[in-house]
Amino acid sequence: MHRNYRLLILLFPVVFWLLCFFIIPLLSVFAYSFIERGTYGGVQWNFTLENYQRLFDGLYLGILWRSVSTAIVATALCLLLGYPFAYYLARYQPKWRNVLLLLVVVPFWTNFLIRTYAWMLLLRTEGVLNSLLAVLIPTAGPVELLNTPIAVQIGLVYGYLPFMILPLYASLEQLDMSLMEAAQDLGASPRRTFWHVTVPLSLPGILAGSMLVFIPTVGAFITPDLLGGGKVSYIGNVVERQFKSARDWPFGSALSFMLMCIVLAGTVLYFRTLQGREDDGEATGK
Amino acid sequence: MKRLLEINIAVVFLFLYVPILTVVAFSFNSSEQTAVWQGFTFNWYAALFEDAALWRACRNSLIVAGAATLIATVIGTATALAIERHRFRFRAALVRCLYLPIIIPDIVLAIALLTFYVQARIPLGIISLIIAHGVFNIAYVTIVVRARLQGYDNSVEDAALDLGATQWQTFWRITLPLIAPGIIGGALLAFTLSIDDFVITFFTAGVGWTTLSVHIYSLLKFGITPKINAISTMLLVNSIVFILLFLRFREKKEKSPSL
Repeated sequence: MHRNYRLLILLFPVVFWLLCFFIIPLLSVFAYSFIERGTYGGVQWNFTLENYQRLFDGLYLGILWRSVSTAIVATALCLLLGYPFAYYLARYQPKWRNVLLLLVVVPFWTNFLIRTYAWMLLLRTEGVLNSLLAVLIPTAGPVELLNTPIAVQIGLVYGYLPFMILPLYASLEQLDMSLMEAAQDLGASPRRTFWHVTVPLSLPGILAGSMLVFIPTVGAFITPDLLGGGKVSYIGNVVERQFKSARDWPFGSALSFMLMCIVLAGTVLYFRTLQGREDDGEATGK
Repeated sequence: MKRLLEINIAVVFLFLYVPILTVVAFSFNSSEQTAVWQGFTFNWYAALFEDAALWRACRNSLIVAGAATLIATVIGTATALAIERHRFRFRAALVRCLYLPIIIPDIVLAIALLTFYVQARIPLGIISLIIAHGVFNIAYVTIVVRARLQGYDNSVEDAALDLGATQWQTFWRITLPLIAPGIIGGALLAFTLSIDDFVITFFTAGVGWTTLSVHIYSLLKFGITPKINAISTMLLVNSIVFILLFLRFREKKEKSPSL
């Protein structure tokens, strides 16, 4: 068979699928974000910038900021819990590390809704934690935990912690322990060794893990919806509302386009940082 | 220092497992009031077997995930072969484009497809669902198969061709058996992600095609009942069995000589 002919057969399905069911739909959202909302929930094909002007309303900027800051806090908490975990596995547990890693991954293979539901069961007013509290301190009334920003924060860390641990472990496991020993032999304190040798060398893992947590949490829908109870708005929920109940598709489109830009900016920043580091490495290597 | 790290390990595992095990424990609780333990029962499991809506949702999930996985496995494998074995003009652009459906948030992909379906007058239902699941599944299968293709160099294929095998013989007898673990791994990943997907299904399913995830979501919105605990436990058992099978399969592959 002719080589070009074969390449064409291999590529046709994917190009067709991505073009029709990915690129064109993205362009269609982009187009929707510039038109007017119709009177009865439909759309009117008149060009307008109003949807984007509304984004810069104080209300929506606040929601955007809440989503971004919640994602940043979730990423930081995952790093705080995940780094010592991955470090310990890579350094002290050659025998059990595979079993322990598997135990980290098992919850991740369970349906996300179920994992979020588990926290509803624990946190709600007549839930497990409040029952425990009533037994321990009978005088304290039930504390409202579900439907709060804290519940959302816990749910996000719970949902994405494995995404942080796995890349961290992968990069810490490859680390050459003799470099740390060398630093200590040359008189560096354990703390100095950690911050000046271990952390910089595991930076690719830190960056990859942070990306894998930040991206899904910034546009999360399920966690804020179920654990936030719709009382606190995040960008994912506002988008859903525009499409399901408010029926303002053009504004919903503008919001999701904005969300996509935030995520893509994060991705570009990630690759730039990674590339910058590689260039540095080459420079010092020579 | 080591002590502190060990405490951290314990905290992480408590954090990961206490919520799930609570759900499992309460699925055997005879009380309707889910937070108080009253006695042991299998009643909630018995109720599951009589729940026609639940079984219909399971069937829908299996149909959608099965069809989308089949399509994505074929297309994804072809794409991986094209990217790894050929040089062409828009190769870098294609690779970047393939990562996009994974990078952008689920909800953006979901509403992009929804606005597209409405404008293209594609009715929401089984077809729209399979198309939507195909988009992200193709990306995942391509990534997994590509990794497998990068794992060995194509001199084996060149050798087969030099020894007089035709292109087809080389593909079926050399390339395909070598990348089979990657293809199976990619298909399993795609199937799992399809079954688990909620957000994209929620927007593109329309009314008639409730999948398991959408069914569970509507149960949760309606209110917490002990039945949800039983469903959750069943799903948890399912995924553990699935992981064990996956590991067994991989171990066998590693024990047999690789070439």
